Amino acid sequence: MARSKVYIAVLLASVIHVANAGADELVPYEITGDGITTSLTGAPGDVARGRTLVLARTTTCILCHSGPFPETRFQGDLAPDLTGAGNRWTVSQLRLRLVDASRFNPDTIMPSYYRNKGFVRVGRNYAGNPILSAAEIEDIVAYLATLRD
Amino acid sequence: MIWWRAIAVAALVATTPALLAGEIPPDARRSGYSFVSPDTRAMQDDDTSNPGMLFVLDGEALWGKKVGSADKACADCHGDARSSMKGVAARYPAFEKALGRPITLDQRIKLCRANHQQASPLPYESRDILALSAFVAHQSRGFPITAGDDPQLSAFVAQGRSLFMQREGQLNLACTNCHDDNFDKHLAGSPITQAQPTGYPIYRLEWQTLGSLERRLRSCMTGVRAQAYDYGAPELVALELYLMSRARGMPMETPAVRP
Ligand code: HEC
Ligand code: HEC
Repeated sequence: MARSKVYIAVLLASVIHVANAGADELVPYEITGDGITTSLTGAPGDVARGRTLVLARTTTCILCHSGPFPETRFQGDLAPDLTGAGNRWTVSQLRLRLVDASRFNPDTIMPSYYRNKGFVRVGRNYAGNPILSAAEIEDIVAYLATLRD
Repeated sequence: MIWWRAIAVAALVATTPALLAGEIPPDARRSGYSFVSPDTRAMQDDDTSNPGMLFVLDGEALWGKKVGSADKACADCHGDARSSMKGVAARYPAFEKALGRPITLDQRIKLCRANHQQASPLPYESRDILALSAFVAHQSRGFPITAGDDPQLSAFVAQGRSLFMQREGQLNLACTNCHDDNFDKHLAGSPITQAQPTGYPIYRLEWQTLGSLERRLRSCMTGVRAQAYDYGAPELVALELYLMSRARGMPMETPAVRP
């Protein structure tokens, strides 16, 4: 995917305050540069829980991604291998990527995991909720940051 | 199988509507058959091991059975399906004048049952409607798809196409994101196909039964966490029509076998 386009979009978006008006359950966050520097929960995530979440089918990551997960055969190949993601991206970048990947690349197929508005025909069971909670995002970010070659 | 070899040829002679960026050119189209394992292909190819053929046989029995207050069988109006139903499924969904919109083959069977047999309705996805529809569609096996040729359908084909391109659900994905842009890749372990509707109703090993194209579309919608349209909804019919017109010229395979 075109990284240059991504950076331009991100720079333009520098220091946007996302108020999430009307979406009361979402924690407000602040985009600085190309990331979100502060933890959504105010605390660091749990690495082990993060790994379990990434591997859970219901979290959907490994529908598209593969990674250093020898225990599962069912990994996707629609997206980059997550091995080394912690070398390529800072914690702040990883957090924004998970919260709303479309801010990096407007055409991305990667879902926005911490968004609950602007979708079409969301299923009844999911309407109004983000895919992941703030705590789950932090756990996954903490885990991804440990993925170093 | 000879009818199978007809694919490449049929795909080449099909007329080409203008393609949008990302859409699959006619000569690059491939049935879901080409994505499945050799075992699954062998199961589809051999009528004695294809579990969908049991439904076709049931459908044949239902075709000849008198039902309803009219006490008529399908055969009383249509005769021998082997000749009267040849190529019919290949042009469905078809325009229904009385309704002013396209209907699927299942809806046609339901209308015949209501109007001409005056029999109790067969629910969508019930064994009998699937059996009848498999029996009728089987009479088109090897026939090139022609659905969507009727000019009265063009607005509905266009509606189906825009639904195919529309991102939806909590995962915010459109059919085209997977089936035009990423076929041949894998979602978790499963190969992503081009979503060609050539073999419906299909026997799906995961379902352990036959299922309609609508059931398949609804499960992709549920997969992206969208609210699936109800069976028979005009949007589902439009999507089916678009898929069939997108597969124009490809041979029918009913009943296909898929994982
Ligand atoms: C439907 C597909 C899809 C799903 C589901 C998905 N991603 Fe992605 N992801 C992508 C694609 C495609 C990219 C490549 C960049 C882009 O398109 O934005 C990407 C990029 C990334 C990157 C940067 C990779 C690199 O090293 O360059 C990370 C990290 C990431 N995803 C993590 C995740 C995590 C964690 C989840 C689950 C919570 C997830 N993704 C779910 C499609 C997906
Ligand atoms: C995130 C990816 C994804 C999206 C989005 C998606 N599908 Fe699918 N689709 C699949 C996969 C994977 C399969 C094969 C599943 C299997 O058979 O195990 C499939 C199968 C199909 C098939 C069956 C093809 C055959 O050979 O029998 C059809 C038709 C289809 N999809 C249509 C659609 C439509 C229409 C939409 C949008 C409403 C859609 N899909 C959205 C992944 C997707």
